[in-house]
Amino acid sequence: MSGYYRREHADLIDKTFPGAVKEIVEFRDQVRLEIDREHLLEIITFCRDTEGLEFNYLSELNGVDYWPDAPRFSVNYVLYSFLHNHLLQFKVRLDDDDAVLPSITSIFPGANWPEREVYDMFGIRFEGHPDPRRILMPYDWTGHPLRKDYPLGYEEVQFTFNIDRVEVNKPVPSPRPREE
Amino acid sequence: MDVSRIDLTDTTHIESDRETVEVALEELRGLVSPRAFTGDTLLLNMGPQHPSTHGVLRLMLELDGENVISCLPDIGYLHTGIEKNMEAKTYEKALVMTDRIDYLNNLGNNLAFSLAVEKLAGIEVPPRAQYIRVILAELQRIASHLVWLGTHILDLGATSLLLYTFREREYILDIFEEISGQRMMTSYIRPGGVWYDVTENFLPMIRRFLWYMPRKIDDYEAILTQNPILIERMQGIAVISPEKAIEWSLSGPMLRGSGINYDIRKAMPYSSYDHFEFDIPTYPGGDTYDRYRVRIDEMRQSLRIIEQAANNLPGGPWRTDNRKYVPPPRSELGHSMESLIHHCKLWTEGYRVPAGEVYVRTESPRGELGVYMVSDGGTKPWRVRYRTPTFWNLQSIGWMSEGHMVADLVAIIGTIDVVLGDCDR
Repeated sequence: MSGYYRREHADLIDKTFPGAVKEIVEFRDQVRLEIDREHLLEIITFCRDTEGLEFNYLSELNGVDYWPDAPRFSVNYVLYSFLHNHLLQFKVRLDDDDAVLPSITSIFPGANWPEREVYDMFGIRFEGHPDPRRILMPYDWTGHPLRKDYPLGYEEVQFTFNIDRVEVNKPVPSPRPREE
Repeated sequence: MDVSRIDLTDTTHIESDRETVEVALEELRGLVSPRAFTGDTLLLNMGPQHPSTHGVLRLMLELDGENVISCLPDIGYLHTGIEKNMEAKTYEKALVMTDRIDYLNNLGNNLAFSLAVEKLAGIEVPPRAQYIRVILAELQRIASHLVWLGTHILDLGATSLLLYTFREREYILDIFEEISGQRMMTSYIRPGGVWYDVTENFLPMIRRFLWYMPRKIDDYEAILTQNPILIERMQGIAVISPEKAIEWSLSGPMLRGSGINYDIRKAMPYSSYDHFEFDIPTYPGGDTYDRYRVRIDEMRQSLRIIEQAANNLPGGPWRTDNRKYVPPPRSELGHSMESLIHHCKLWTEGYRVPAGEVYVRTESPRGELGVYMVSDGGTKPWRVRYRTPTFWNLQSIGWMSEGHMVADLVAIIGTIDVVLGDCDR
């Protein structure tokens, strides 16, 4: 898939928004910009409306959990341009205690369900989202399954000798035993 | 219980029922029209076990008589946590799970996963494997479109076509069984190439299929394309303008039915799709009928690709000789220590993929099937994200169905080509 990413696009964005781009990664012919949260909406709008870029299609939106690294989460955007046949990737890193992002549904309405999925799976909230409910998990579910500290299942059977170790892995602490 | 002793004046249970209903309504405020709260319109639940929802899709409908005022899709009934499961498995084991995501596009899912691993690891795939992959992906596209055609037309009232399309699909599944031993969950396309070389019956079966299938597609078209009942049911239903299709991130036949000449196989060729000559069927109307025409024409184009690939199928190896990723042949194990070590490493800890992140895009029968893969350098993927076309296309069902009748809704579900396994993962 070589030749569909352009380094110039990343440099242009870096020049237009000084300080907003933290890192430009080139890996296997793909270009990814790590940007900060405050400039997300401006940069995405800029990419859509600027002549020569015209990234008018949201190809992908997803989340990744890098726990125990910090900042813990990242939300990734892949934009595509029908006019020029170009792709560009963006990444926003977020901390666990402040996992809030502005929603891009005002720019791309198609981001509606993907953002709901990222909320459902990682617990990242999107400000300004028209319908911020869970989507894949049941509405009364606790926890966010794709977080790395969420157990996969097959939980260890709890005995008296390992009760503390099992308890650590639970997304929600079990109720305290009743005082006799 | 003695019926005569029931106190008919006691209304407490009715009051408590009303409370439940009002709490549920409160959650819908802003999602349905204000008329639903005064009782002017009817809130009706459709699914998740409705036969025309192609699986387990639940739709919350707000109806004014027969007209749909708003439609709220509710998904997740088939969510099995495949992405989470993959993170705990080696790459080879995770590949087996990809078959189960989109159960009508098994080989396409294998292909997307393999392309992502190959991209991360920088593996070169030999041309024979690439051609076999193309043949299988196109066979799978035809098989998927046959299921779509049968069920979509069944929903619209033509019962017998389902039997015809499943008869032809069975022929394709026989080819899959011939090469891999499995009809559906093949896991045949693997990182580095394919599992094994195709059998000697493979090409004769393809030839027979190429002789047999075009006239069957002609038969379907003779039954359907000019059929006045179907035209009545499909024309003008769920019209999507090109601008709206792009801003809602629709892909695949949903784009091409709106007049956008776009196909990832052409725009960003992968797995040597650029070696073949084929057209992208595009129709400008944007309604259900045009999407039907697009998919029918896609089957013919797939046959063209299969024919070219089968005629020019190169010889040589069917998987890479990079022993860090694919196991050595059995014959080498007896005399090569190196091969024995590779064999042992591959079947115990698996292979290590260089750290990094990539996004690969493929064209599945339903649209853009992408894989975003994050590797931390270990033997298990850190994160595998399937960007599945049904999930992105289905979110538009709300605005697509507004202003249509309930009976049109089954046509709209059919035209999105819903596969709930693809949607919920």
